[in-house]
Amino acid sequence: MKLPCSIGIAERAEFPGRPTVFMTQQINTYRAGPDEQGHFGIFGGRFVAETLMPLILEVEKAWDAAKEDPSFEEELQYYFKHYVGRPSPLYLAKRLTEHFGGAKIYFKRDELNHTGAHKINNCIGQILLARRMGKTRIIAETGAGQHGVATATVCALFDLPCTVYMGSKDIARQAPNVFRMKLLGAEVKPVTSGSNSLKDAMNEALRDWVANVENTFYIIGTVAGPHPYPAMVRDFQSVIGREAREQMMEAEGRLPDSLVACIGGGSNAMGLFHAFLDDPEVKIYGVEAAGHGLNTDKHAASLTGGRPGVLHGNRTYLLQDDDGQILEAHSISAGLDYPGIGPEHSWLFESGRVEYVSATDREALEAFQLCSRTEGIIPALEPAHALAHVGRIAGDLPKDHLLCMNMCGRGDKDIFTVAEALGVEL
Amino acid sequence: MSEHADSGRIRRRFETLKAAGRGGLVTFVTAGDPDYETSREIVLGLPQAGADVIELGMPFSDPMADGPAIQAASLRALKRGMKLAMVLDLVRDFRKQDDETPIVLMGYYNPIYSYGPERFVADARDAGVDGLIVVDLPPEEDEELCLPALKAGLNFIRLATPTTDDDRLPAVLSNTSGFVYYVSVMGITGTTSAAEGAVRTAVERLRRHTALPIGVGFGIRTPDNARAVASVADAAVVGSAIVERIVAGLGDDGSPAPGLAGKVLDFVRELAAGVRGREGPE
Repeated sequence: MKLPCSIGIAERAEFPGRPTVFMTQQINTYRAGPDEQGHFGIFGGRFVAETLMPLILEVEKAWDAAKEDPSFEEELQYYFKHYVGRPSPLYLAKRLTEHFGGAKIYFKRDELNHTGAHKINNCIGQILLARRMGKTRIIAETGAGQHGVATATVCALFDLPCTVYMGSKDIARQAPNVFRMKLLGAEVKPVTSGSNSLKDAMNEALRDWVANVENTFYIIGTVAGPHPYPAMVRDFQSVIGREAREQMMEAEGRLPDSLVACIGGGSNAMGLFHAFLDDPEVKIYGVEAAGHGLNTDKHAASLTGGRPGVLHGNRTYLLQDDDGQILEAHSISAGLDYPGIGPEHSWLFESGRVEYVSATDREALEAFQLCSRTEGIIPALEPAHALAHVGRIAGDLPKDHLLCMNMCGRGDKDIFTVAEALGVEL
Repeated sequence: MSEHADSGRIRRRFETLKAAGRGGLVTFVTAGDPDYETSREIVLGLPQAGADVIELGMPFSDPMADGPAIQAASLRALKRGMKLAMVLDLVRDFRKQDDETPIVLMGYYNPIYSYGPERFVADARDAGVDGLIVVDLPPEEDEELCLPALKAGLNFIRLATPTTDDDRLPAVLSNTSGFVYYVSVMGITGTTSAAEGAVRTAVERLRRHTALPIGVGFGIRTPDNARAVASVADAAVVGSAIVERIVAGLGDDGSPAPGLAGKVLDFVRELAAGVRGREGPE
């Protein structure tokens, strides 16, 4: 495996299970990115309008300072533990393991977090940063509504006004989350431009930000956007992988053999993967949404069906036509319905460290039902895509193969979509 | 790629304006809005209507810094099959009749990135384009397009904004050429207007940092606005207000009603009278 760059040993100690020989020598790493300009290889960067640039630089400076400040970390850990409910369990899914008859399947239970998904990890981190920067108003974009709910939640907690942009198409299919956001005191602004979906919500949030840079902090919900967002969101989410690592060591005395996570923008996946990127023996799968199939024009698989381009502040793989116009993505899961992907994933894809695959709407629906019946866990449609891939590979793997999947969200929000897809009237 | 001198059209135009003792009018329309033919008719008529510099939008599906009017203009053009190569066709066509009026293309980076930046700057220069404004390329990303454009002989016109403070201005101005486009409000195109006093202060601040001409845009909607801005800056940029005249000339099915281009150009005449300090067209 080709390793792209070198760093010192300082980062090693946090990882139980790492061979101690690494402690004494210079090693190569996949974990040192991005560079100072926010690039992961050719991906990432800061492609934003000048009005935003000074603020982007200010966010970067504040984030660099916060990272070095023990009181920031202390505050973050306090809320992770007492408010979010971390650590989330690592759970051996026995019946699914039996069902597939191969690999031992573990779920990292981030759906048990407060608000029901991994999104809150990042929102707590960013709102603490916004407070440090003295910002008095929060905006966010949301697709499935999980990030919107998590943002509205932390805004209620810290008493900051909150505006969430959401595509009108998503408002229709995620009604419970819309109501949740309103209950939490947020203003939900429907977005009717473009494809009325997540990318358009992000455009609209950026437009709001341009007009309100002085008092407003934009809590981006995934590992995308201009630098430092992809790195910052990853850092907040990487608690998932650090915990999983420790928990797997405790449960099995060794690292997992494979990791699986679904990818829209890719924050839950980066969160799980990051702690394991330099363990070449750990096989890593990212699962994109194949919608109606990769051979149709209705999917959201940016890596397998797109090519590099520039959108929303970063260079990354995008679904686009021959003229560089961004295409509408499609997925049954609103959270994966995005024509781009975080730049670090594009880099991990090209470097070959992570294998990116996809699952269709239909496969996700089947996995959704299977998981509900066999484990008593109704997964969100997003991790149902990850589970679909688990179902594809688990049976052929040996029984001592340790597979860890990120159960990054719970499915209550999706029951209406699923009912409709199954032809059930509620 | 060898170094090319720029076309000199922008410089000459601002020199002429200075000699005439007035600020200029920069007009924005999206190429291909509402369709290629009507757009061509409008663009070819702009110099005679009194536009001093033509800013031509390259349509993009996700125009993040634009308000509803220009977003819709982009989508109309794309829906009717507008492509980046056709924007250059339009410029080529224009140059057959006018070799003096500067044309500046304005847009977002992805279509250019998709076209291939090196190929694009060469083709744009050949077509008769004088400068580029690319909203989502700050100086931090100069190597992407700005430096290749300058090398190919295209001006690279940068946006300066109220958030660009004195510390940052030198970086913003360093590879800027042709003119500086001052975005007078924090926000997207076509929304609020800046107060005249604030524009004056901002232009004075910019002049301390650069000898380049300064165009001011965002929120300039009427001949009076244009007159006020052109009296303190070197040019006033009008976009959304012109684009709204295009919308006004669309039929229920979205196709252009007869006489649309003429009405749009009539409005440009009013704006042109504004920057010339007159009440109406001659």
